[in-house]
Amino acid sequence: MLSRAAENLYWMARYVERAENTARILDTTYRMSLVPHTTESDNSEWFAPLNITGTLYPFSGRYLRVTAKDVLYFMALDPNNPGSIHGCARQARENARAVRGSITMEMWEVINSTWLEIQQMSEDRLAGEGISAFLEWVKDRSHMFRGVTVGTALKDEAFHFNRLGIFLERADNTARILDVKYHVLLPSVGDVGGAVDYYQWAAVLGSVSALQSYRKVYRDAINPLKVAELLILRRDMPRSLHACMEEVYELLQVLPSGASQEALRLAGELHSMLRFGRIDSIFAGGLHEYLTVFLSRLNELGHEVTRSFFSPAYA
Amino acid sequence: MGFESYYNEMHLADGGVRNHYRPLADWIDTTSPERIKHLRKAANLLFHRVGITFAVYGEDSGSERLIPFDMLPHIIPAAEWRQLEVGLRQRVRALNAFLRDIYHEREILKAERIPADRVLQNKAYREQMYGIDVPGNIYAHVAGVDLVRAGAGEYYVLEDNLRTPSGVSYMLENRKMMMRLAPELFSRQSIAPVEHYPDMLLETLQSVAPAGVDNPTVVLLTPGQYNSAYFEHAFLAQQMGIELVSGADLLVRDDTVYMRTTAGPKPVHVVYRRIDDDFLDPQVFRSDSMLGVPGLVSAYRAGRVALANAIGAGVADDKSIYPYVPDMIRFYLGEEPLLNNVPTWQLRFRDDFNYVLDHLAELVVKEVHGSGGYGMLIGPTSTEREREAYKQRILDAPEKFIAQPTLSLSTCPIFVDEGIAPRHIDLRPFVLSGKNEVVMVPGGLTRVALREGSLVVNSSQGGGTKDTWVVEE
Repeated sequence: MLSRAAENLYWMARYVERAENTARILDTTYRMSLVPHTTESDNSEWFAPLNITGTLYPFSGRYLRVTAKDVLYFMALDPNNPGSIHGCARQARENARAVRGSITMEMWEVINSTWLEIQQMSEDRLAGEGISAFLEWVKDRSHMFRGVTVGTALKDEAFHFNRLGIFLERADNTARILDVKYHVLLPSVGDVGGAVDYYQWAAVLGSVSALQSYRKVYRDAINPLKVAELLILRRDMPRSLHACMEEVYELLQVLPSGASQEALRLAGELHSMLRFGRIDSIFAGGLHEYLTVFLSRLNELGHEVTRSFFSPAYA
Repeated sequence: MGFESYYNEMHLADGGVRNHYRPLADWIDTTSPERIKHLRKAANLLFHRVGITFAVYGEDSGSERLIPFDMLPHIIPAAEWRQLEVGLRQRVRALNAFLRDIYHEREILKAERIPADRVLQNKAYREQMYGIDVPGNIYAHVAGVDLVRAGAGEYYVLEDNLRTPSGVSYMLENRKMMMRLAPELFSRQSIAPVEHYPDMLLETLQSVAPAGVDNPTVVLLTPGQYNSAYFEHAFLAQQMGIELVSGADLLVRDDTVYMRTTAGPKPVHVVYRRIDDDFLDPQVFRSDSMLGVPGLVSAYRAGRVALANAIGAGVADDKSIYPYVPDMIRFYLGEEPLLNNVPTWQLRFRDDFNYVLDHLAELVVKEVHGSGGYGMLIGPTSTEREREAYKQRILDAPEKFIAQPTLSLSTCPIFVDEGIAPRHIDLRPFVLSGKNEVVMVPGGLTRVALREGSLVVNSSQGGGTKDTWVVEE
């Protein structure tokens, strides 16, 4: 297929997935903020979404203080923030519009009507109808888009690039969500393993829709080691790093070889690191450090995909 | 029904309903105004959701608008359509023969049936095409011939659009919309289908592939997603199952055109281009064009790729050539024209010039090279000042203008908040010329001037569209 079309499809999928995951990050933060604090509230958890999406700097350029209200607006609806849900919806639609000929009418309608609807949202409406309802809606639209894609699109190369975008983006986002815990400070060292800590880990699970799976797999109280294992190493957990990288690795085997085999090699490396990894050793080296390395190598893989498939040089 | 001096497609002068509109009139009578209102709203919503929009030039960049859709169809009796079809086929055959001739032997110029300078000095004439053979001798593969009805209902050809005529996606979407909104109407009458247009177009394009190519790869070349007709480009590419490409997606090596794919370069044999000649190839035409493909014309001249429509086809739809089309039909086909031309004054002739300047208030004056309804003077609805300003433009360069009588265009009712009201319409059938045959789907795109009394149906100037039905009586 056309390189440009492949690139548009890939980014279309990434932006839809990113919108969903931004909703999940905001949801986690919101849930954490509802846990009663033992000390005076300092809004520390609202730094987390800004830190993990790397938008603290532009945010501070605009706002004096980090407040729940401003962070929610900035990350959900602010048209000037390209990383906001609004921004993702716009970029998903622009990419979809550029490849309207290669996606099904149903896929286009979901993306287009999401964009039309999100433009109708305002800060007041967000407050009035409740942030949770809005975030649920964003997730629903993303679910619908994936469902419509699987249900209507031909399983051809276009489909594979779409999937590649989804799983690269999702791996990135799950790693970042897991890292939220690192960025949200507990009120004091004595709270580690306490009630607040427990609720925060539960919120992380909830945000990736994994609470039920956790209970089913471990039949145990929530424990950080197992939460991390579930979201990093479990192959059968649809949003885990392992599951995402397995998909990515398989997709790169199916796709034409592109300009080089480097993307495949990088993906294989990441995949085996997850497939054969052990949670004890990950924690021994530090969870945050592990995730940081993972994210940087994932980023490298993303660049290689662009180089091999989207801007190959012809002699 | 008040007094109306125009031919009304639906109603007779005494207020009665023409036969072919009866089933529709019954439906309107037995359907509550609330339901009709609801359907009209639903149509609007659906069109927005599907994203059938077009970009408007001269407004905020990237602004998208919906072309208004009117639910009341334009109905043509099948017997009448069959006559039109024969006339259209004849006309497009002659236009293709003319294009082949002027880029080869120039017999019609030698016979002095058309002044040579009209053709050879024409802005749309392309010297690069001289002596080049194109597959099947077809130049205008897709022709959008604008028809109007005037006076007591006789048809006229208003213009032949042979460059990159657009609007066919609206024809197809309007039909889909009508079937979705009021399926019951389709069981009351036998309405000729139009849905196979993309298949016919693909067959036409495949038929003109360079000789020796068995399974030709066809692509649609678009100026990009900010072009006003981008929706149509994407839509047609999807319907035909071909790649939608922009200039940057194509490259030329050794006179072969390739598209850049994820698996490396892949050869392309037929380009259905929706880019004007001027922007096709910066090596040959405008060097500042970012939309085109360097080397495309060289590959085309070498016969390695087919372009539809051909480069230089525009000379035949130029308004200064239009008056000669009936003569082309006689010259090339030895037949009498079946479709009328609108009488046309050419301001480069002294007599015509004097007549037109004396009668500005009655005539429609157009720029010879204009299109899209821009830069026209509509005498009867113009002000003294507008006419004075226009007159200055004519005096500057009279050869750039033609004038035609203000036709009393036929009207067809549209739904308005108070019920139904007549508005002026025209009809654009899409005529496809392949290697072996000239084909078209019954009907075409009906455009309607939504403003009361307005004669301008162009979508860029507040026009709307309707579904067009060819019905067996």
